[in-house]
Amino acid sequence: MSLAAIAFYLLAASAVGAAVMMIRSPSPIHSAVWLVTAFLSMAGLYLLLEAEFVAAVQVLVYAGGIMVLFLFVIMLVNLKDVSERRVRLGAALSGALALALAALVLRLYARGHLQPATGASTLRVGGNLEAVGQSMFRDALLPFEIASVLLLVAMIGAIVLARQPKG
Amino acid sequence: MPVPPGHVLIVSLLLFAVGVLGVLTRRNAIIILMSIELMMNAANLNLIAFSRQLNAIHGQVFAVFTIAVAAGEVAVGLAVVLAMYRNRDSIFVDDVRLLKG
Repeated sequence: MSLAAIAFYLLAASAVGAAVMMIRSPSPIHSAVWLVTAFLSMAGLYLLLEAEFVAAVQVLVYAGGIMVLFLFVIMLVNLKDVSERRVRLGAALSGALALALAALVLRLYARGHLQPATGASTLRVGGNLEAVGQSMFRDALLPFEIASVLLLVAMIGAIVLARQPKG
Repeated sequence: MPVPPGHVLIVSLLLFAVGVLGVLTRRNAIIILMSIELMMNAANLNLIAFSRQLNAIHGQVFAVFTIAVAAGEVAVGLAVVLAMYRNRDSIFVDDVRLLKG
């Protein structure tokens, strides 16, 4: 097993373990810290899959921006009691969904659709950032502009929703 | 690719299942939002795995768009949580049943 494969399995175990701990921990602060761990592990997985730009964006946007937002809100709402009733039926439902998805993946395997990639990767020719940039500003220019409008709308919506009502 | 693509799919499947478990079992709105983020990340992992598998850069571009949408979604979602806390003094979703009928 190559070094990259060992790193992949370690990071995958760390991501899934941190995700499970995030679900299980009763305190929202602990959940947020576990979620940061999961996000950073997934950034490592992206690096191993030759997506350096997405890995950097993952660290900046998720582990940086989104988690700070979560921690701010946890701090603002300041829950006194952390006692929380949990739903039993939900566990059965999500277990059934996981089994169905696993069956789908195994079926793809059985049909031989999931062979390892052969041939050299061209994702990093001239640098991954350049490849992503070329594609984003040539093939996906209109979606890029729409995404910026979407972020503006989300910003205005968040301000309107979270604003203290007058009077 | 260091591992077979099926293994990446299984990691992503596990992360998605954990996210679904969080959404369905927890009642704290902030934890539910975090679980939704986890599910979006699992989808991103699939996009990037297939981008490497099929040698096409578009998967990574789409993953960047997903991250942008997730950032907007979290901003609006957390604003809704704040409004809910201000009006109801609780962030547990089963305290909010205005539309239950």
